[in-house]
Amino acid sequence: MTRASAQDWVDDLLAGDRRTLARLITRVENRTPDSHAALARLYPHTGRAYLVGITGAPGTGKSTVVNALTRTLREREQTVGIIAVDPTSPFSGGAVLGDRIRMVDLAGDRGVFIRSMANRGSLGGLAATTGDVARVLDAAGFDVILIETVGAGQSEVDIARTAYTTIVVDAPGMGDDVQAIKAGILEIADILVVNKADRPGAENTVRALRAMLELGHRLRTNLHHGELLARPASPDASIYDFWQVPILKTIATEGEGLGALADAIERHRAYLADSGLLVERQRAGIEAELAARLREALLDQLIRQRTPAALEELIERVLARQLDPGSAVRMLMDGSA
Amino acid sequence: MSERKIRVLIAKPGLDGHDRGAKVVARALRDAGMEVIYTGLRQTPEMIAEAALQEDVDVVGLSILSGAHMALVPRVIELLRAEGLDDVIVIVGGIIPDDDIPALHAMGVSAVFGPGTSTEDTIAHIRQAVASRSAPQ
Repeated sequence: MTRASAQDWVDDLLAGDRRTLARLITRVENRTPDSHAALARLYPHTGRAYLVGITGAPGTGKSTVVNALTRTLREREQTVGIIAVDPTSPFSGGAVLGDRIRMVDLAGDRGVFIRSMANRGSLGGLAATTGDVARVLDAAGFDVILIETVGAGQSEVDIARTAYTTIVVDAPGMGDDVQAIKAGILEIADILVVNKADRPGAENTVRALRAMLELGHRLRTNLHHGELLARPASPDASIYDFWQVPILKTIATEGEGLGALADAIERHRAYLADSGLLVERQRAGIEAELAARLREALLDQLIRQRTPAALEELIERVLARQLDPGSAVRMLMDGSA
Repeated sequence: MSERKIRVLIAKPGLDGHDRGAKVVARALRDAGMEVIYTGLRQTPEMIAEAALQEDVDVVGLSILSGAHMALVPRVIELLRAEGLDDVIVIVGGIIPDDDIPALHAMGVSAVFGPGTSTEDTIAHIRQAVASRSAPQ
C-alpha cells in the first residue's frame, strides 16, 4: 500500500485504523524514511499513555502476567497496547516470537493490540525501536502500554528508561538466593511480583527479595540522611525514599493477585505524579535516548565518511601493534586517518 | 540501517494437538532470517486473522493435520480479506490429500506443503512469493 504522505499515515492512525497502526509499526521497526516523517508528525499526539515495563528471567511467567494484567485492566475499562520483545538469533538474524501463545485470552478484544518484536541484535532487553513503537501505540490512543522485555534476567536496564513503572517478575525455584544478589534487575524494580505463588518455595522467594530490598533501602536511607545534612532546607529531599517497593504474589494462570498488581501500578503512578518524579523520569529517558541516538548517528556518519579500505588499513595497523586502539579512534575523530 | 525482514505467522487452526511440524517449520524459517510469530495450538480462524493484522505479517502459514482444511482454510482467507489483508500470502502444511490441492489453490492458497517437504522448498517459495508481491508496489 502506498501512502501520499506521512500526514495520511498519522490521520488514519489517529482515526483508530488498526491496519495503519500495524503497518506503521513495521515501518518504524524497519526505520524507513517515511516512518521518520510519520513519527515527527505523531509525536505531539503522544504522552497520554502510561508505560509499564515487565521484565524478569525466562520462565518466571512474564507473558502470562501480561495476559492476566491486561484482563484486569480491561475490566477497569482501560485500553491496552502490548509490545512483547523476544531475542533475534545472532546467527541468522531471524527470530521465533512466541509470547502470543500465553495471550490467547485477549483475542477478539478491540481494546487490546498485541505486537511481537524481535530485538534485532539490540542489548538491554528491548529493540532499538521499541520506544518509537510505544509512541505509535500511544498516539493510537491506548491508555496503558505494557512492554515485555526479552527474558535475559540481569541486564534489562533499558526498560527502566522507557517505562514509568517497571515490574520485575520472579518465581519460586529460580535460584532465589543467587538471583537476588544479582542486583541489577532488582534496582530497576518499582514493583516486585512473585508469580507461580502456589508453588513450593514461594515464601522463600518473597523472603529473599525482601532481604535484598531491606539491604538496599538501608543504603538509600543512609545516603538520604547524608543529603539531608548537606541540604537541610530542601523540602523535596524527603520525598525520594518514600516509595516502598511492594512484593506481590500472583498466580497469573488463575488470574489471582492481579487486582493488587493493578492497584500497585496506580499507586506508583500517583506517587510519581505527586512527587514530580514522573517528569524527572521522562526527562532522564529523553536524555538517554538523545545520547544513544546521537552516538549511533555519529558512528554512522563517521563510518560512511571513510572508505572500507581506510578502516581496514587502520585495523591492520592496530593488529600489527603499530597503533593502539585509542589513538586509532582519535585519528578517526580528528580526520587524520 | 533500514532492512526489510520477512514476517511469518505460523498458526495451528482447529483441534488437533500435534504441533511438531509447525515448530520445525518455525525454526527453519527463523534460521533463514525470517521473523516468525508462533501462536500455538487450537487457534480459531478469527484469532489467526486478528494476529495476522496486528503483527502485519507477509505470510500466514497454516498447519492442519486434522483433515478439516477444506473448512478452516476458506474461513481464514475470508477473514483475512474482510480485514483488508488481501495481499497476505497463505501457505498450508500438514496432511492434505492431493485431490484437495487444486481447490485450495483456487481459494487463494499460494502453496501446499505435505509431509516430506524439505524446509528449503518452503523457504524458497516464501522468498519468491514475497519478492514478486512487493515488486509492483
